[in-house]
Amino acid sequence: MSPTLRFVPLGLLLLLLAALVWRLATPADTNVHSRLEGQPLPAFALPAGIPGKPALASTDFASGKPRLLNIFASWCVPCIAEAKVLETLTQAGVEVDGIAIRDKPEEIANFLQRNGDPYARIGSDAQSRVQIALGSSGVPESFIIDGRGIIRYQHIGSIESDDVPMILSKLEEAK
Amino acid sequence: MKPSLRGASKGRRGNPAGLLRFARDDSLAFAILLALSSPLLADSDLPPAYWSNRQLPDAHQEAKAEALMEQIRCLVCQGQSIADSDAELAGDMRDLVRRRIAAGENPAAIRSWLIQRYGTWISYKPTAEPAAWPLWLLPIALLVAGGLLVLRRVKVRRR
Repeated sequence: MSPTLRFVPLGLLLLLLAALVWRLATPADTNVHSRLEGQPLPAFALPAGIPGKPALASTDFASGKPRLLNIFASWCVPCIAEAKVLETLTQAGVEVDGIAIRDKPEEIANFLQRNGDPYARIGSDAQSRVQIALGSSGVPESFIIDGRGIIRYQHIGSIESDDVPMILSKLEEAK
Repeated sequence: MKPSLRGASKGRRGNPAGLLRFARDDSLAFAILLALSSPLLADSDLPPAYWSNRQLPDAHQEAKAEALMEQIRCLVCQGQSIADSDAELAGDMRDLVRRRIAAGENPAAIRSWLIQRYGTWISYKPTAEPAAWPLWLLPIALLVAGGLLVLRRVKVRRR
């Protein structure tokens, strides 16, 4: 065996070690991103989440103005903090619609009363069907839909107050 | 596996009064409290979707649905299939698969519908995409390399 060939296994080992250290230092993104960004919003028509508030259908979106579609649930803890941030968005003139996942009207009403109600419309998705059709994998998640009904951006996890400027600029881009 | 909550979840605090009298060691008391505490609810109150834990009456359709469900990855417990996972979203996906199969839809069509939304990530079925080529070629390359190694050894011995 030639002397240079002798060091090949060691080299391979070092390469492997470097790869492992690199992966530890920069963990992989475990979020599942929807592939529907840039695609039209799938057609759906959901029943109203609570009595007295309009129901939500995909046809409500191609209205010429971008809207924020928020996937939430009354049983979702991070959604509590997010509700306040969504309210600051509505105060900035953003139109927010909600899809309540696996929820009951009385519990949605309770949640809104306690945490504030940023929603223009709420659809009830009791079997997560629209959530799956959107390529969403959990609560909370938000989608920015432009005025032509195209999905422009998916936000995974709750919108924190730090995210507000970014969300506003994405909405501006979607105009 | 049960779904984990996005964000922090805290255990509920129990009433320690009765227990602490017997537990002198703080760590023991903590361990007991931890065992008694129940995690904050991360699931909805709604019952599972109709077809999530129910077989289709037609055995042929059910077999087709099951074969597909075993190859669809759960979005919540990302190492399990939706057939294995206890997560609510996995239950809702099983319901969706069975409903569509019962309506006469082809499993391949349901799979590609899901791939359109979640990417090839959602399917456990190996693909022939360029990204997977090294995986397909590696066994052949290793076999050839092993063969060459053995050949060389045999030649050395014969000398």
